[in-house]
Amino acid sequence: MAVVETDPSANAGMEDGVRRRDFINIAAVSFAGVGVVAVALPLVNQMNPSADVLALASIEVDLSAIQPGQAIKTSWRKQPIFIRNLTPAEIEDAKKVDVGGLRDPESLEARTKPGKENWLITLGVCTHLGCVPLGAAAGELRGDFGGYFCPCHGSHYDTAARIRKGPAPKNLVVPEYAFTSDTVVQIG
Amino acid sequence: MSFPWAKHYEPTHPFMQWMDQKLPLPRLVYNAIGAGYPVPRNLNYFWNFGVLAGAALVIQIVTGIVLAMHYAANGAVAFDSVEHIMRDVNSGWFLRYAHANGATMFFIVVYLHIFRGLYFGSYKAPREMVWLLGVVIFLLMMATAFMGYVLPWGQMSFWGAQVITGFFSAIPVVGEPIRQWLLGGFAPDNAALNRFFSLHYLLPFVIAAVIILHIWALHIPGSSNPTGVEVKDEQDTVPFHPYYTAKDGFGLAIFLIVFAVLLFFAPNMLAEPVNYVPANPLSTPAHIVPEWYFWPFYAILRAFTVDFLWVPAKLWGVIAMFSSILLLFILPWLDNSPVRSTTYRPLYKWFFWLLMFDIVILGICGMKPAAEPWVRMGQIASAYYFAHFLIILPIVSRIERPLPLPNSITEAVLAKHKAA
Amino acid sequence: MIRIIAFLGGLGFVAALLVGALMPREAVEEAVTEKFFKEHKHVSFTTDGPLGKFDHAQLQRGFQVYKEVCSACHSLRLVSFGDLTGIGYTPGQVKTIATEWTQEQPSINPDTGEAATRKNLASDKFPSPFANDVAARAANNNAVPPDLSLMAKAREGGAAYIYSLLTGFQEPPADLPKDSRPGPGLHYNPYFPNLNLSMAPPLVNDGQITYGEGAPKPTVDQMAKDVSAFLIWTAEPKLEARHRAGIATIIFLLIFAGLCWGSYQAIWANKEH
Repeated sequence: MAVVETDPSANAGMEDGVRRRDFINIAAVSFAGVGVVAVALPLVNQMNPSADVLALASIEVDLSAIQPGQAIKTSWRKQPIFIRNLTPAEIEDAKKVDVGGLRDPESLEARTKPGKENWLITLGVCTHLGCVPLGAAAGELRGDFGGYFCPCHGSHYDTAARIRKGPAPKNLVVPEYAFTSDTVVQIG
Repeated sequence: MSFPWAKHYEPTHPFMQWMDQKLPLPRLVYNAIGAGYPVPRNLNYFWNFGVLAGAALVIQIVTGIVLAMHYAANGAVAFDSVEHIMRDVNSGWFLRYAHANGATMFFIVVYLHIFRGLYFGSYKAPREMVWLLGVVIFLLMMATAFMGYVLPWGQMSFWGAQVITGFFSAIPVVGEPIRQWLLGGFAPDNAALNRFFSLHYLLPFVIAAVIILHIWALHIPGSSNPTGVEVKDEQDTVPFHPYYTAKDGFGLAIFLIVFAVLLFFAPNMLAEPVNYVPANPLSTPAHIVPEWYFWPFYAILRAFTVDFLWVPAKLWGVIAMFSSILLLFILPWLDNSPVRSTTYRPLYKWFFWLLMFDIVILGICGMKPAAEPWVRMGQIASAYYFAHFLIILPIVSRIERPLPLPNSITEAVLAKHKAA
Repeated sequence: MIRIIAFLGGLGFVAALLVGALMPREAVEEAVTEKFFKEHKHVSFTTDGPLGKFDHAQLQRGFQVYKEVCSACHSLRLVSFGDLTGIGYTPGQVKTIATEWTQEQPSINPDTGEAATRKNLASDKFPSPFANDVAARAANNNAVPPDLSLMAKAREGGAAYIYSLLTGFQEPPADLPKDSRPGPGLHYNPYFPNLNLSMAPPLVNDGQITYGEGAPKPTVDQMAKDVSAFLIWTAEPKLEARHRAGIATIIFLLIFAGLCWGSYQAIWANKEH
């Protein structure tokens, strides 16, 4: 709207005056532009996760009650987390696989903590389109590879929650976590 | 319509030419608020407030839409969701304070805009329709502001809703059913809160639509000016852009400074502390008072203390309060003085300034608790308010002999410059 | 026609109002509460004025007062433990404060589903000392101790009111009428609009709380001031950010206004108006 306009007849023969006038108009309009951008930032930023949402970014889980072969589902950042206590046979199965031949090559060791490789902690979110795979609760289908199975579009995950068959491109995501004691893990 | 000397929109860039053929929106803007709209050259700063009111509406809509992303209109969580905005949402405090104080700025600007219309006789022919649409906007604003004030669901929100909807119960027979229909219950609760939120979101867009009509109606005769003398030739006008865009830009900067001082350094100055206490239907605050922009009308409402002519005092108050605004609809026909600007009306001038003083007194009475001397003062001030518009103004406009008017706007401008 | 109707309507309004105005008024005696009520004391805080800032040391002392005294009866339900990082505590300290907080969070027993409590987490809001309003009323002489989160904004006078109330308990004056004297379980305080309140003086002895090293002496006055300052923070945790943003905005706008003025003058330079 505020396009700089000079009326040539008004300042004929006053080159300096015209130039100074242009400058101040441009400066005023530029300042207005900067102001609009400065106000736009909070208007955009307000849609980012708020402080109380971010405060939930880390949780602690007590693992002591999970027996080998069992898994629990818990919630972290409003997303499901699968925590599985692998049996020696499942660890064996996972280690037998030739890592180089996988769609998303990762070894079980890389997906667990040293000395704690029976604890497989992953997001329960299929890397295809975000459904929750089956297999964490007792009696659910665990797919062709004995890990997790996503019923939405048929992705099969193995005992290390790696993608083996179906449309998903990646293994189930391992969140950042750390053991704060022998049986307590802090996720996030 | 426009003046014959109005500049014509002539796009030079091929894209703009193509655009002009397909959708002449740039042409519309050019003729509405661009170089294609000739405006009297002698407008003073009071003519800034129309644009500023538009700016205030934009601020309210933008901040309001954003706040609605975080607000929850349910009695159980409304109060806490507002505090969530204040504490957790990124820049939430800024957005909420901008919206709350933006309402104050909107009313300040609109009241000055109305003052301009009253003093300079902008409501008179041929601009009656501009004025009527303006009164409609004012009514819509008041409804929007009232419903917005209910949303935080604090004590004053709740009791404000209780009292205002209580007006309707003054109406004989149908009053109580109407009140229950408005509230969706017997007292303000979730049903009322949710519908107020819905309407509070809707009405600003209705206001925006009426503003378009208001501006459209204004462009038929063109803007008025401080002398009240109509434009005669090209000399009397300048193109809106760049002359008044530059002036409005400066006005906007000043407006924003005042707004920023309020928002950042005194955001709760005009708020009632008790509205930071969650709504409690079992306990009324000691002193219920509306937002400042309703004080004069609240004073008129409370000024009727006796049953008179078989009409109960409560009903008198409600009728008078609504009449005090609705009478603005007939103002163009109450004042039939041919002279617009109060500057040239030596007798009316006194009554005009008395009215301004009277409205300030009404505002003070509306703010104070209902005790003496405020009640009696409010009664006298209310009496003058009605007497001014309904009795004095028609008589004065008939008997007054106005001062000589300048022959043209240009003559007035040149005379002023010679004197200076 | 319209003018005749308006004229008659106007006469009606004016007559109704003037009749009301001429009605004799009954003499109203000044209410006792008004006569003995005292306006809050004047006290300054570091947050006053457009450049006001929080004093973290003071806020931490104020928090200590809240923790050791007020929290026995008053909730702080809008503030979370994690928010305490805003007054200078580290996330580690916050976690300790949360887990060691006497009042636990209501929860359910994961095995039986029965009501239970659990230790507080940093992301939890401060737990209320009472399960609900009925319990609060029952335990406090029929008066619910109000939530303190917004107290510094929810009362006329704000933090100065809180300070005045905390330091304003006193013997009722001799000329106080009999039926306005504090009944059983009530306490006279002229800064309280009703004059008598259910809260017993919470801060009574200097040294009631032990402040850490380097802190001022914990006199009643100092403790009241500190906790009032703390409640300014709980009510308006973004105050400092607001002041900073305000200064920057106003400087920007002043320059902008200057440029707009220059532009306006330049464009109108050759037009008399």
